[in-house]
Amino acid sequence: MTTSERTIRGKVAIAGIGETTYYKRGQATESEFELVLQAVQRAAEDAGIDVREIDGFASYSNDRNTPERIATAFGIPEYRFSNMFWGGGGGGGSGAVANAAAAIAAGYAETVVVYRGLAQGQFGRFGQGPRVNTVAGDGAFTVPYGVMSPAQTFAMRVRRFMHDHGAKQEALRAIALASYRHAQSNPRAVMYGRALDEEAYDHSRWIVEPFHLFDCCMENDGGAALVLVAAERARDLKQKAAYILAAAQGSAHRQGAAAHNAPDYATSNFKTLAPRLYAMAGVGPDDVDVLQSYENFTGGVMMSIVEHGFCAPGEVNDFFTLENFSSPKGRLPLNTSGGNLAECYMHGLELITEAVRQVRGSSTCQVPDVEISMVTSGPMVQPVSNLILATERG
Amino acid sequence: MAASQRPERKYYLPVGLPAPAPHIDGLGKEFWEATRRHELLVQFCGACENYQWGPEFLCHHCHDWDSLSYRRVEPRGRIYSWERNWYPAHPALQTGVPYLVVLVELPGAGNVRMVGNLLGDPEQEVVIGTDVEAVFEDHDDHDPQFTLVQWRVV
Repeated sequence: MTTSERTIRGKVAIAGIGETTYYKRGQATESEFELVLQAVQRAAEDAGIDVREIDGFASYSNDRNTPERIATAFGIPEYRFSNMFWGGGGGGGSGAVANAAAAIAAGYAETVVVYRGLAQGQFGRFGQGPRVNTVAGDGAFTVPYGVMSPAQTFAMRVRRFMHDHGAKQEALRAIALASYRHAQSNPRAVMYGRALDEEAYDHSRWIVEPFHLFDCCMENDGGAALVLVAAERARDLKQKAAYILAAAQGSAHRQGAAAHNAPDYATSNFKTLAPRLYAMAGVGPDDVDVLQSYENFTGGVMMSIVEHGFCAPGEVNDFFTLENFSSPKGRLPLNTSGGNLAECYMHGLELITEAVRQVRGSSTCQVPDVEISMVTSGPMVQPVSNLILATERG
Repeated sequence: MAASQRPERKYYLPVGLPAPAPHIDGLGKEFWEATRRHELLVQFCGACENYQWGPEFLCHHCHDWDSLSYRRVEPRGRIYSWERNWYPAHPALQTGVPYLVVLVELPGAGNVRMVGNLLGDPEQEVVIGTDVEAVFEDHDDHDPQFTLVQWRVV
């Protein structure tokens, strides 16, 4: 087999998407596991298949809800594939889709569900540090100094990028404003009906400089799922197929070095992935019609967009405007459901369901004539992943 | 809270945050023992003459296991990045915000970096590139005892 044949390009499609009601943290009336079951069932219904046809499972970020428990609950007769993408944060969102697709291409399974359930009101909150007497290993170099939450962990990477390239706070603000603008058209969004303007952003409290409150993802309860099948099969199912054109995952040289010693520090960690993703897809940044870019924090989105070639680092202040990021007419419509900032912190899986909607033409902020719909998952964590979906198999 | 209104504290941050400990497999033990002696150690590989931080079991550069040791380095550096924290992500920090964290690179040790607090007014202007020196903050009344490496502008 030649290298050129070893690609996922065009072989698998996302045929179904499912989501629960999205709640503020602690507001879910269902348990986290029930939320997962709802999402999986809805994704199967959306695809037009019986949920018992699911024979593979993929997730990420140490999801508590195991395939065995889900398969047992649904009475699935047999499953053939289960997979967990390593790493914290949302770095595995696209990666879990890629792993599910690989399982189908390899013949391990026929119908693989990618899922994520998260009820931060029922389990620990991500925005809080550990309550222990000692902290060992890598954490010893940061936690005793008050660097323990994700916001605190990533702020200095963003600050250094802003220093190196002269990026202004307004660039971060444009990302937050775009998410909130799009959420106002999306009844699923937790922040639906809660508009944000420049003044409210500027006057919002600091969490950790350079992040205002609105630069940070929310904490939510919810579940989301995607059903993947082979491309040939997807064509005959209920929904318009979202074909996987390319996927990549990984991490650059020593990004995990302790005490913030990654040699390339001011990075989203996408520099090595972006060229691989575009090469597999056979497209470039100019071909991307709409982007869902994981926002743990707006600063991570800023570096992700730069590292995927949408603008040069020195052009950030000109490129990062609300108009450029707004659907339908912006140069790069961004996070068109509201994403982690304003739709729901579904750990970025809601970004992939939105990318599918853009391919189908069913987004509440639809970009016209989408052919290429891209996702980037988990800036600044290790590993990260990304994904290109398309209306055609390529 | 303005700096002048901050409660008098023995340490830069309020007590109650976790104390540092070596990795469960022992990695980092020498560093934390040295801070008790007010010495700053960084790993150095005698085979390829490269500094390395955080600690590893072998040199990531030349893969030599035996030539890697801890070397005492000049406790001086310059600010590589910084953050000012306003949200108490831990109950102990309720009375501790705002506070400053700096990432300090050590030009005398291959530009490896260390995370610490920047002593002084937490609302002071912070400038990347500023020279700083280490201040060893002893927590003798904690069990176990430990010493943090803090920084102040030179």
